[in-house]
Amino acid sequence: MFGKLDWSAIPFDQPIPLIAAAAIGVILAAVLGWITVKGHWPYLWNEWITSVDHKRIGVMYVMLGVVMLLRGFSDVILMRTHQAAAIGASQGYLPPEHYNQIFSAHGTIMIFFGSMPFIIGLMNFVVPLQLGVRDVAFPTLNSVSFWLTASGALLTNVSLVIGEFARTGWLPYAPLSETNYSPGVGVDYYLWALQIAGVGTLMSGVNLVTTILKMRAPGMGYLRMPMFCWTALGSNMLIVAAFPILTATLAMLTLDRYLGFHFFTNEAGGNPMMFMNLIWAWGHPEVYILVLPAFGIFSEVFSTFSSKPLFGYRSMVLATLFIVVVSFTVWLHHFFTMGAGGDVNAFFGISTSVIAVGTGVKVFNWLFTMYGGRVRFDTPMLWALAFVLYFVVGGMTGVLLAVPPADFLLHNSMFLVAHFHNVIVGGVVFGAMAGYEYWFPKAFGFRLDEWWGKLAFWLTVVGTVVVFGAFYIVGLEGMTRRLQHIDNIAWYDWIMVALAGTLLIAGGVVAQVMQLVMSIRHRDRLRDETGDPWDGRSLEWITPSPPPVFNFPVLPDVHGEEAYWEIKRRAIEQQQLSEVPDYQPIEMPRNSPTGVITAFFCTSVGFALIWHIWWLAALGLVGAYVTFVVFAWRDEVEFEIPAEEVERVDRARRESRQVILERGAPA
Amino acid sequence: MSGAAAQVDGQQGARGHDPYALGHGHGGHGDHEATGHGEGGPASKRIITGYGFWIFLLSDIVMFSGFFAAYAVLAGETAGGPGGRELFELPRVAIETALLLLSSFTCGLGSVATERRSVFWTQIWLLITGVLGVAFLVLEVQEFAQMVAEGAGPQRSAFLSAFFALVGCHGLHVGVGILWLGTMMAQLWVKGFRADILRRLLCFNLFWHALDIIWVAVFTIVYLLGSGV
Repeated sequence: MFGKLDWSAIPFDQPIPLIAAAAIGVILAAVLGWITVKGHWPYLWNEWITSVDHKRIGVMYVMLGVVMLLRGFSDVILMRTHQAAAIGASQGYLPPEHYNQIFSAHGTIMIFFGSMPFIIGLMNFVVPLQLGVRDVAFPTLNSVSFWLTASGALLTNVSLVIGEFARTGWLPYAPLSETNYSPGVGVDYYLWALQIAGVGTLMSGVNLVTTILKMRAPGMGYLRMPMFCWTALGSNMLIVAAFPILTATLAMLTLDRYLGFHFFTNEAGGNPMMFMNLIWAWGHPEVYILVLPAFGIFSEVFSTFSSKPLFGYRSMVLATLFIVVVSFTVWLHHFFTMGAGGDVNAFFGISTSVIAVGTGVKVFNWLFTMYGGRVRFDTPMLWALAFVLYFVVGGMTGVLLAVPPADFLLHNSMFLVAHFHNVIVGGVVFGAMAGYEYWFPKAFGFRLDEWWGKLAFWLTVVGTVVVFGAFYIVGLEGMTRRLQHIDNIAWYDWIMVALAGTLLIAGGVVAQVMQLVMSIRHRDRLRDETGDPWDGRSLEWITPSPPPVFNFPVLPDVHGEEAYWEIKRRAIEQQQLSEVPDYQPIEMPRNSPTGVITAFFCTSVGFALIWHIWWLAALGLVGAYVTFVVFAWRDEVEFEIPAEEVERVDRARRESRQVILERGAPA
Repeated sequence: MSGAAAQVDGQQGARGHDPYALGHGHGGHGDHEATGHGEGGPASKRIITGYGFWIFLLSDIVMFSGFFAAYAVLAGETAGGPGGRELFELPRVAIETALLLLSSFTCGLGSVATERRSVFWTQIWLLITGVLGVAFLVLEVQEFAQMVAEGAGPQRSAFLSAFFALVGCHGLHVGVGILWLGTMMAQLWVKGFRADILRRLLCFNLFWHALDIIWVAVFTIVYLLGSGV
């Protein structure tokens, strides 16, 4: 009846996951109870869960990302404290099979359910606003994408208490991940969680590519799009081109595990190295999927807070597209030690060094954007500055690792761990934080508290530098990654330094949470009345904060590259707002529970397949199909916002804009 | 707003305050012409839907390329078991190909009937397309069953794993396509030619033709090359 699932799946003998799960369960029950008691369910259901508004979906993506970043960070604390207590004679407190699950879960969660939702959420929220349109190309599909991602995150976290997670690392290398060596359900959790979330990501990519290429405000030519839209386009094109490879690769491993196929096995002609090639043919573009939007965020931030147009816009576009193409020609540098031969390694070594040129162009453009500008050091700008300094170090150690002979020595060492954290934390996480601080007032109508924000910034950045500085050094001293026990006591000091750095980051995380709490508490003082708190330059700042559901009462008419800056400048020069437009009724898509219901069935299918509960899998598939048919059968897909309502909203906006006029010439 | 703004832009905006126009002739870009690339404002729903579906199809083709790549790597790994020369029966594959290509043709006829807003003929051609698709699947399942019965199932060797996965993935797509087709027929029956249903029919047509293209690659690379013709 329940396949492989029975009471032995729950780790009653292991206190750590049990207590963690119990704590999460209590918190979850408390939140749900509070919502029920306060009667917030109708609001949540109508305004958020079934919403197809790109802004709401973007916010939910970011919330998922934040929660999962915290979850991934709890793994960090476990790993750092365990390693600090497992040197020489000490044995630490995590048994090997549990430690292996933790570092696997850490990587999987941070990449797929922390960074990806955070970045996709920011793109979802910002891109339609910057393009001057009312929503993404396929609003309901957008909701489906989000809920499928959440479904994958849920399955990954369920593995904490029901069964186990993969012990194979964040990429389940074959043949270790084959049934012979990983007979448990850990790899199956990984496979189905990622497959479901991957479909969501792919559809989100299709959606945003279509949005950017086919839906822009009148006059918004390609070379008038804000830089963030360009990097979002690059990132989503990479999603469309790379994620299907992940789908295919995971499907092959699934066939190996479930039906005894021989894609990656040791026997019957299977080829384990093919797994490495396929997974990294997706995996390296994935790095750029994450970091390109971050580059876009930094471009917006540098330009806004330097009160200058972005330097070298066209070269920035070119560099982005260059990275998009070249990112598909570097994957083999993840396994130079495979033994593909000197010529193959040389090709990939050179292409890896070449791709750094694109990033170098960008770094110089950011520096020149600041040059001669009036730089304001608000929190988003601090993150951007720390990014440039820190990311360049990571980039240079990357070029070092791109040299195959050096890589043979540094492969799988802590030096490598330091390098990729240096670029991912320094690029993606700093970028996500900059974007969060920068666009928060737009999303919620009040700014974040600067004092707590700056404290969080300093603690996090200093902590990060300390942790990965220590990693670089122990890596050069020969320490390999993923050690459950450390024999060499010479590394003791550096492991302790890394632990201290982790505590600093933990302080940063606490300060970050405090910033949100304090900002919500003091939201009246921090209120953004004008909709343009940073003296912005692109179209999202022309709308009120938070923007109305239809974003723009009339689609803006774009002249010149910095659409909003031009309009603002003209209005200030002439000391009057543009003419009152002729308001028309606006049709917006209706909300739909399709996304959340589909995700419910997909979670059931995933869970059923992990535990071999075949009837439930079949039932879930039928349920998902029926959901889509019901959706397709709807007769009313849109609702109309009357012209008077549009006019009312815009009148309020225009009144607040008067403040900007009186503020005088743009800084 | 736009008239006055364009004037400002033309006189001083473009040269004086347009920060990126240096050395770049913007002259040809009319701000108000629909260029078909989004500059005239958002495209119509039909274009957006069709375009988005094309992007999806491209991603689907990338996924198939993963299976093709795996097949190319593993084609020689028969592990002492049977290879393509012993297993593939070209006459059956020829019939399968004919059925699928014919179904693409009838699918196209269906879209012609849709253009003429003939529910009756659209339904007829969709039905024929579906029947041809089912016949294709029956032959494929028959082939698979026969191979498994001969002890040449996917567990036998890496070559057979790659073969079953690649061809089976295409077959799965045909199966999903038939499910979609049946749903579309029912929907057309109940709702008639509504704008959204027309868009879905367009997407279905694209999907069905894409399966054809993939089959041509399967037929050539797997069956023709594999049986050593």
